[in-house]
Formats: sequence, structure tokens, C-alpha cells
Amino acid sequence: MMQKIDASVLCREGEHSHVEPRWPYGGRVHRDPLSGSPAVQTAGLQVCYPGAADPAIKNASLEVSCGCRAALVGHNGAGKSTLLKAMAGLLKPEAGTIRLFGNPVGACHHRTAYLPQRSDLDWQFPVSVRQLVLTGRYVHLGWFQQPRKKDEQLVSRAIRRLGIEQLAQKPIGDLSGGQQQRVLLARALVQESSLFLLDEPLNALDEATRDTVDEVLREHTQRGGTVLVATHDLGRLSESFDRVIYLCEGRVEQIENLTSGHLTAPQQSASTSRDGT
Amino acid sequence: MLNWLVEPLQHSFMRQALLASILVGLTCSSLGVYVVLRRMAFLGDAIAHTTLPGLVIAYLNRWSLLWGAIISAIVTALGIGWLSRNQRLREDTAIGVVFSGMFALGIVMVSRAQSYRDFSHMLFGNVLGVTQSDLIGIGIVSVVVIGTLFAVNKEMALTTVDPHHAQTIGLSAQRMRYLLLVILALAVVAGIQSVGVVMTTALMVTPAAAASLITRRLHGMFIWSGILSVLSNCVGLYASFYLSISSGGAIVLACTILFGAVYVVTRLRWRHGNTRHRETCIAGSRRN
Repeated sequence: MMQKIDASVLCREGEHSHVEPRWPYGGRVHRDPLSGSPAVQTAGLQVCYPGAADPAIKNASLEVSCGCRAALVGHNGAGKSTLLKAMAGLLKPEAGTIRLFGNPVGACHHRTAYLPQRSDLDWQFPVSVRQLVLTGRYVHLGWFQQPRKKDEQLVSRAIRRLGIEQLAQKPIGDLSGGQQQRVLLARALVQESSLFLLDEPLNALDEATRDTVDEVLREHTQRGGTVLVATHDLGRLSESFDRVIYLCEGRVEQIENLTSGHLTAPQQSASTSRDGT
Repeated sequence: MLNWLVEPLQHSFMRQALLASILVGLTCSSLGVYVVLRRMAFLGDAIAHTTLPGLVIAYLNRWSLLWGAIISAIVTALGIGWLSRNQRLREDTAIGVVFSGMFALGIVMVSRAQSYRDFSHMLFGNVLGVTQSDLIGIGIVSVVVIGTLFAVNKEMALTTVDPHHAQTIGLSAQRMRYLLLVILALAVVAGIQSVGVVMTTALMVTPAAAASLITRRLHGMFIWSGILSVLSNCVGLYASFYLSISSGGAIVLACTILFGAVYVVTRLRWRHGNTRHRETCIAGSRRN
């Protein structure tokens, strides 16, 4: 059994580098994680797209504890992306609650990094790879503040870590699908967030790049971060994740603890702590 | 040659017109970069047309035309944004509804005023008739538009390339869109003085579109768009002076000709580059 890690320590991962901007976006102020709270907690969550008759997420209750690498698995339309979008604050729940580190969504923006699907970006926009990665620092800058030397250094480090140095000055429109994924992951890294919400980050990646991504996510959780990944890649579940959350037609079907092989029904407390408790 | 350039500037109306053209050119072209990148050309055109009722009301009541147009354009911009805010109504549909309705209202008001001639310079522009107070108004609009773009450029760029990421860090893509619509309305109003309601979109779209063919860098686009716009405004103005043709038409035509030239040159360079690349590949494969 893995050593139990203190959740309050884990939740503070990455925060030492955050200095509240003078004019933060959304006028939010820094809010500390509630002690002992899981990284993600939803209760009776129901999410509906504007204009849609049926909710895309129905009565979803789950927890992902700090330091956990969890996968969201399900067929197309199961609600994986919708669930991540709701957690990232892109969709408002019709019913139920979402808590990130014990706080409501959006209470502390720098603590959550969301990696969207590639199709959500305008890849023809005339910026370089380096400039796109730098946008990950904007949450620490706020209005009117230009990137500083430290931000540039963090960008260089993330670009090196993902092995995309040779692409740094290229326009983002020249990238292949796999390169785009690596660039988005580099941006998530420079955000220095505790929680990564990643929507299909393994799509269009070759084996070598998947290994790199696995390694980066493992390092993040080893430093105390938490990762929640929507994925179709069932082949790597056992080696890449601690927990698997199965979704079907907007409902949480079951939660599998891969470290203990234990299955949990969603209506029983679906806790996914790293030590299997 | 120098005489040819200097002679028109001996007239005060030409000096004012040149200054107005440069200001309008810089304002519309810098905003045009985002109009092109966000594929909002139709919206720019709609806002330009929908200033007509505001202009007519201001004219009939002897108010400032500039402010009449500004209020009308902002109401339109916010109305379109509000109608399409939750995607139940697509933005182009909302534009179509508001655009035609407001323009029709303007036409009805013009017909009630029983003098089409008074409004012809609103429809087709008359930069040669710019007064001192118009120039001050254009200057203020230019400072506001370019200053706002400069101040929020990183946020505007982010909400364009990745609105979802912007939203997750607390930066409302919707509010940035409203801000863009408001400064778009201001830029349109400045453009109307120069080329009129009907052709203002060209000042925003054409130089920025040409710039997008030249460079794939955002800052480069701003610079090239500004250069091409100021150049075509000046060329159009001189052509209007020497050939006694409509200033608005001449400026827009100069924009279009410059765009055509840029398109041809960039196509030729691209083709030449491709041929060289192919030859290098063939030579490389022969060596191997």
C-alpha cells in the first residue's frame, strides 16, 4: 500500500510561486484550500448544454483526492468532456455542487489548469508555440501586467520538458496533432496549478510521446498535484492511473481503484484517495 | 515629384483630410487585425450600416453626427451581442436581423427628411470635408481605440485563440467580445467620416487581410496592416485630388489594389519557395 500523503500539503503544491496579481481576472482573490478537502468533489451534479433537452451529466457524485491520477473513461457522448468543462467552470451546473479543494469552482483560478480538446483552439491564430505556452502564465499576471523574466524561464523549462524546443518559434498553425497536444500540456505545466483537468491529452500521440506525457503527469502527482484525464486509451489505464471513473450516458457507473483492484459503486461514497481508503 | 506631393497640402482642407485619413487608417487597420482573425467582417459591415439612423437623428436635431453614429453603433453592437449571447441564435443570424432592420430605419428616416443629397456624404464619405471639430473627434476615437487595444492586447489575443482557457482563468471571453464590439463601433464611426457608411468595412478588413498574407505573427500583422492602410488612404486621397473622383471610393479602391498586389506577390513567393523546396528534395534524394 502506498504511503498516505497529507492532503493539505498536497493541495498547496505549486502555490509558493503564486503572487496575487494587482488586477486579477474576474476580480477574484486568492483563497486557500480547505484543510483535508479532496481536490475534486461533486455531489448530485447535473449539467445541461444550452438549448439541449436532456442533461449531459446526471446526478454525478465523485471525489478525487489530492495526489491522485484518475482517468475518466466512457464511450463518445458519455459525458467525460462535459464533466471536465463543468469542473473548469465552462458550464454551469443545473443542480448539484462542485468543490475544488473545498472551494466553489472559480474561487481560485490559478489552482486549476484545464487542457481543452485540440479542436477548441483556433490554430490559425498568428502566434508562435512559445507565445501560446506563455498564455499559461496569464492567470498569474492579470490585467495590464506583461510577462516577466521568471515567466519566460518557466516557459523555457516547460518547453524543454516536453521536448518541443525545436518548435518554440514556429507558428502554431504548422503543428501536427501530437505536437499540438504537447504544446497544450506545456501550457498547463507553466500554469503551476495543483489540479490538471485534461480532455483527451493522449489523442494523436505516438508511443514515445505518450510515454513522455505519462512521465510528466506522474512527476506532477509525485510533487503532490492531482490529475483528472478524460481518455479513450484503455490499454494504458493500469500503468498510467491510480483510479478509473467509468461514465455511461452522463452517469458515473463505477469507480475502480487500480492500486487495490477494488470496485466502488457511485452511490457508495466514491472516494478515490491515493492510498485506497 | 516632390511638388506633386506638396502642392495639395497647401490647401488647409487637404492637410486636415490627410491627417484624418492617417488617423482613420491606423485606427481601422489595427482593429481590423482582430476583425479578420475573429472572422467578424460581416459584423463590421453591419455596424457601419446601422449607424445610419443615429446619423440621421443627429443631423435632423443638429446634434453632433459623430456622437449620433457612436450611440447607434454601440446600441447595435450590444444588441447583436445580446441576441447571440447563449448561441440559441447564431451570431450571423442576429447580425442579419439587426443590420437590415436598422439600415431600413435609416433609409425611412432619410426619406422623411426629403433630402438625399445631405446624406450622400454619410453613405459614401467625404474626407475632404472634414472640419476641425471632426478632426478632434476622430483623434479622440483613435486614441481610445488604439489605447484600448494596446492595453488589453494579451487578453484579446487569448480570448481569440483559446476562449476556453481564458474562461477558466477568470477572463470572460464574452466581456472581451463586448469590449471589442464597442471599440469596433467607435472605429466604424471614425471610418464613416472618411469613406462613408457603405465602405467602412473595407478600411478594417482589406489592409488586415493583406497583412495576414504577409506575416504569421500578431505584431507583424498590426504593423503591416497599419502601413498598408495609411499608404492606401494617402494614395486614395491624392488620387481623389488630382483626378477629381470620390475620395471614399478612391481610398477603398487603393486598399483593394494594394491587397491584390500583396496577394499576387505572396502567391509568387510561395510558388517559388515550393519549387526550390522540391528541387532541394530531388537533389537530396539523388545524392542518396
